[in-house]
Amino acid sequence: MNALMNWIEQRIPMMRVANMHAIQYPAPKNMNFWYVFGFLATIVLVNQIVTGIWLTMSFEPSAERAFASVEYIMREVDYGYIIRYMHSTGASAFFIVVYMHMFRGMMYGSYQKPRELLWVFGMLIYLALMAEAFMGYVLPWGQMSYWGAQVIVSLFGAIPVIGPDLVIWIQGDYVISGATLNRFFALHVIALPLVIVILVFLHIIALHEVGSNNPDGVNIKHKKGSLPEDQKTSYKIHEYYTDKYDIVDDVVPFFPHIVLKDLVAFSVFLFGFCYVMFFMPEMGGYFLERPNFEIANPYKTPEHIFPVWYFTPFYAILKAVPDKLFGVLTMFAAIAVLFALPWVDRGKVRSWRYRCGLHKVNLLVFAVVFIFLGYLGGTPQENWKIVASQIATIMYFGFFVLLWIYSGKEKTKPVPERITL
Amino acid sequence: MIKTYLSNPGEKLMSDVSVDTNKSTADNNQPQSSDRRKFLTVGTCVVGAVGAVGAAVPFVGSWQPSAKAKAAGADVEVDISGIQPGQMIRVKWRSKPVWIVRRTPELLASLSAHEDQLRDPDSEVEQQPAFAQNKHRSLKEEYLVLVGICTHLGCSPQHLIDGNFAQYAEGVAEGFFCPCHGSKFDMAGRVFAGVPAPSNLVVPPYQYVDDNTIIIGSEAEVS
Amino acid sequence: MKKWLAILLLVPTFAFAAGSKYPLDKAEINLNDQASLQRGAQTFMNYCLGCHQMQYQRYQRTFEDIGVPLDIGAQYLQFTGEKVSDYITTPMPQESAATWFGAPPPDLTLVNRVRGADWIYTYLRTFYVDESRPFGVNNLTFENVGMPHVLQGLQGTTRKATEMRMIDGEQKEVNIGLRSDGDGKLTPEEYDQTILDLVNFLAYTGEPARLQAEKIGKGVLIFILIFFVFAYLLKKDYWKDVKK
Repeated sequence: MNALMNWIEQRIPMMRVANMHAIQYPAPKNMNFWYVFGFLATIVLVNQIVTGIWLTMSFEPSAERAFASVEYIMREVDYGYIIRYMHSTGASAFFIVVYMHMFRGMMYGSYQKPRELLWVFGMLIYLALMAEAFMGYVLPWGQMSYWGAQVIVSLFGAIPVIGPDLVIWIQGDYVISGATLNRFFALHVIALPLVIVILVFLHIIALHEVGSNNPDGVNIKHKKGSLPEDQKTSYKIHEYYTDKYDIVDDVVPFFPHIVLKDLVAFSVFLFGFCYVMFFMPEMGGYFLERPNFEIANPYKTPEHIFPVWYFTPFYAILKAVPDKLFGVLTMFAAIAVLFALPWVDRGKVRSWRYRCGLHKVNLLVFAVVFIFLGYLGGTPQENWKIVASQIATIMYFGFFVLLWIYSGKEKTKPVPERITL
Repeated sequence: MIKTYLSNPGEKLMSDVSVDTNKSTADNNQPQSSDRRKFLTVGTCVVGAVGAVGAAVPFVGSWQPSAKAKAAGADVEVDISGIQPGQMIRVKWRSKPVWIVRRTPELLASLSAHEDQLRDPDSEVEQQPAFAQNKHRSLKEEYLVLVGICTHLGCSPQHLIDGNFAQYAEGVAEGFFCPCHGSKFDMAGRVFAGVPAPSNLVVPPYQYVDDNTIIIGSEAEVS
Repeated sequence: MKKWLAILLLVPTFAFAAGSKYPLDKAEINLNDQASLQRGAQTFMNYCLGCHQMQYQRYQRTFEDIGVPLDIGAQYLQFTGEKVSDYITTPMPQESAATWFGAPPPDLTLVNRVRGADWIYTYLRTFYVDESRPFGVNNLTFENVGMPHVLQGLQGTTRKATEMRMIDGEQKEVNIGLRSDGDGKLTPEEYDQTILDLVNFLAYTGEPARLQAEKIGKGVLIFILIFFVFAYLLKKDYWKDVKK
């Protein structure tokens, strides 16, 4: 057995990679509750891929059969409803954990130098995920699938000159049709998952190159030879890290300490996930919207059209701007500005624990504004909401402007040398 | 090799130098509760493994024939009153061809004549419900019911009549011949020796509702 | 072409009328009540299936789930000459139905997940006489609906009831709800129960796996709790050695 393992190890470095990136990876010991969402996102990704593969076994991507084949899965395939609900609940769960993961990064400055690319890869994953979720929502071919696609695709019509032709090109028809469904299916099940998996891989490689941040935002890796022996960690850490740096005695190995912590978080998450999945898969119309249980009808628009909850903040921004082209641009800018966060924030201190009070307020207000925008985008239009969403949109961008201004000459608290637990 | 990595994962390196952990737990920084830890580790792994198997159930189970497939594979009722003596009809059952032949008395009489050429003349291999393990391989002598699929590789054999079968089996006037690989069966679905097909043709479960109607797919309850 | 035009012209009224804000009554559905489900199935097969399909659901599954033996079901609940393994479809040609009613009668398999039990329960109890409509009836929950009151024989002819009241010192005619002429086969209480049974049945067909899901779900949640206890204790055991 040992000989076989060695034989394999010499040809493909499985154990070395496992040790380097999982077992003996140094993780700060103060990683708290907020640090489980990356792991959970990976779990949900695996769930989406596996249940997705199983769904394609019975789903029929055509305008004639898509809706019926989903009901076929729900009723006639053994355990089909479990697999379908795992996938539909997983879609929303994905965004919940990703939003938490992103907010964690903002709280503790995980996007700051040297983790700029790590953040950018994360944003690319988020972008790909939005495309993936949108196209996936079209597939069941219900009323919301159809009209949601109609609205989103028409956004491209706002582009000057080429807009109208671009819309027809995306649809592959003069309206949203079976052709659109088929190409979205191809992108949803093959192209975008592939992109997402590659991006996740790059995200993790980039993370392990620069190392995990932590709630104190303090470095755990120091220049080689700069630490006295008694301040170095006594855990077994892979040479890949110890050869280049002195690792301070504030880390734990990824396995088993972080894995166990993630496992506990995972079981809590799974409890909530399964509760929704088995007892309230529609989540009161947020995860599965009511009109989507009615087959797509090009002659009948549902009374209210909302995207699924995770898109509603951006939808509110779109609706807040009275001009079509400018609205689309504002919406895309709202996403694009997140990409720029590592450079908008000129601060040198990472964690909000040691940054100025204004920063804490600014970040919390941003979170509240984002949720409020989500509410505005997901409820029927009323007059007061137009003004409210315009104010909220300004506040959304205001976060970045303010951050840029005060982070230049920020009065910060002293950052501790070592991690506090 | 894996074992050495995993046996004491995450322990402080100091434990590597301690010789016997059981004896020396009191005077180094080894955990005091190594039995407890062992129990919890095994417990977590076992419960986790059970969970993983449980999670696999829906995925494995969903490959079973769906309600749709079962509906398509439901019992088939056939009216046999119109079949003339010597005639064969084909019906579809679970998307497979089922033959129903009304055999003439002469044909039935000829069945025992070529038994020395057959591989399994007494139908000892279980290719039929118990009620059909007899000379004529059927419930009623006159009507033969067979799944029309060669037991070799699944082609559907041809029904050769009026002496056309004799070219393949000496002295046998009528039978089934598989064009794919030359397997031969007599008019009770019994396979000839020396052909690729290993066993007799399959008799599906069936029952008579009345003299003119049979149901393919289920047997009558044995009282 | 003409037909399409007809649909296009009629559909907007159809679609937007659905937004009526009539207060809904609460439908206390209970999927465990098989007697209620069976009565609901009977009402559905007798009164609804003439026009509406239930094309994603099979008779056999339905009978098994609501506790009706297959042969009994085939005899008393199947009127369309189909096999027990067939989908519940209507003999009415859907194309001509579209021209008769302005739109094809919607499939009812999932209607409970689209509308909700309360809505259906209220809707089927709020038809009233309105001679200006093509079928002579209108509906408080779904204004200007294109459906006749199929259950009128049970409920009786129902009219908007008004009363003269003093409001701001003036005699005014005010609506006080609906009142049946009493010519129906059922009393108002019986009619409400019949509709509740029907809604219960529609709630079942909307998600036939509901009860099974909850049964499995309970087991899964208990199992996760056990796993949590083990994982939590093991995590604590390892982390107690980590220096503060």
